[in-house]
Amino acid sequence: MKDPAQVIQDTTVRLLRKAATVLPADVEKALRAAYERETNATAKTQLEAIVKNIGIAREGIPMCQDTGIMIFYVKVGEKFPFMGMIRDALTKAVVQATAEIPLRPNAVNPIVGGNSGDNTGKKIPWINWEIVPGDSLEITAFPKGGGSENVSIVGMLKPGVGLTGVKKLVVDNALSYMGKACAPNIIGVGIGGGADIAIKIAKQQLLRPLDDHHPEPEVAEIEKEIFEAINATGIGPMGLGGDTTVLAVKVDYAMRHPASLPVGVAVQCWAARRSTAIITKDLSVQYVTHPVEEK
Amino acid sequence: MTEYHLTTPISEEDARKLKVGDIVYVSGEHVYTARDEAHQRALELFEKGERPPVDFEGSVVYHVGPVAWQKNGKWQIVSAGPTTSIRMELFEDEFLRKYKARIIIGKGGMGSKTLAALKEVGAVYCSFTGGCGALAAKGLKEVRAYEWQDLGMPEALWVITAENFGPLLVTMDSHGNSLHDEMDKKVAARKAEVYAKIGVQV
Repeated sequence: MKDPAQVIQDTTVRLLRKAATVLPADVEKALRAAYERETNATAKTQLEAIVKNIGIAREGIPMCQDTGIMIFYVKVGEKFPFMGMIRDALTKAVVQATAEIPLRPNAVNPIVGGNSGDNTGKKIPWINWEIVPGDSLEITAFPKGGGSENVSIVGMLKPGVGLTGVKKLVVDNALSYMGKACAPNIIGVGIGGGADIAIKIAKQQLLRPLDDHHPEPEVAEIEKEIFEAINATGIGPMGLGGDTTVLAVKVDYAMRHPASLPVGVAVQCWAARRSTAIITKDLSVQYVTHPVEEK
Repeated sequence: MTEYHLTTPISEEDARKLKVGDIVYVSGEHVYTARDEAHQRALELFEKGERPPVDFEGSVVYHVGPVAWQKNGKWQIVSAGPTTSIRMELFEDEFLRKYKARIIIGKGGMGSKTLAALKEVGAVYCSFTGGCGALAAKGLKEVRAYEWQDLGMPEALWVITAENFGPLLVTMDSHGNSLHDEMDKKVAARKAEVYAKIGVQV
């Protein structure tokens, strides 16, 4: 019998390694397409560097020196038998991955100062829990860089400004940070709920495949409009000019209070690192975003 | 868009040849990392009449907090993409005047104080593509020293031998040009067109 805690830990170490070194296929495809399509010579140099960098990183080198703060999205089946072991296994995996890959120690105490040195500490790794039907466990490693996080915002709008006001908030934000969040970016937008709910929904949108569209046509239309508006700015890769400023805009919503129109805007750099695996109750592992290559 | 392959130390004359839009690849032994705290320390030492452990004149100063590790007793840069340069706007003009570095590398560009100092001293600011840590590490061949270790791995002064480190895009030159300022103007000019796409009237 395999040790369940060890299986969860080993799986998570591989997720963190793959996330840091190999972009999900949809993100790489979108960046390569942007490179092929680009007409601006400066932008072409930037996208060429990104494509080359992706190739080098694949050998096992973190693609960006900012290997992010450690965030996981975890979906636990209500009948998954090892629920109590998950937090400890994820934390141990972070410590192990930090030393072995290596990852940059990015966990700093905001009160007394000091870097923990191993990417763990109070509330970090941060785990977003969701209980779902079934008996398996899905883990997504989502290490998030600081540069793009610094321009993520929550706006508490007056309901009277309507959806136009929502779109304007997202576009104005993009105009204010220009390329500083390492464009081309992916933007997640969460509308409604409350301040915390809006930004939580926004960040979850960054997990969606780049080529999908929201199932509700009204929401898909908002995604399309914001996407086209931001790409019309000409900000371009790294803010140095060009055709591609965003690779995708993803929107979702929750019901809102009559008096509130909260909008969360989560910004992701081009190094959109995420890696997902499913562990069954029998402890067999299936890697979703980064499949194990057949020998 | 001319491509240059420069070897350190870089002369004022060579630095003044570079113009916004040019591509540069750097080789040589005078490549140093410096973020907020290293800039601050270098300036403090100058005030006290003391010398830093390296000679910055003619050098390349890279805004980066690298991931590095020790293999067989030797430090190696693993991944080293640029950090946001505007934080160093507080120090860079004085640093350039006092130490005469010729190429500053980072991301996102810098402000008017730095632009004026680049003109006065004869130096340029180059952008290296943000997030391209693995590509950068290929060009940062050898760590010769790891100074000011008390500042911690990202803030320390790493002394590096570079080999064809690039592509570096000149985005601020010694002639008063800044691609970053130019972009601000270009994007502002498009604002009405952008707003029209989301139904906002200016």
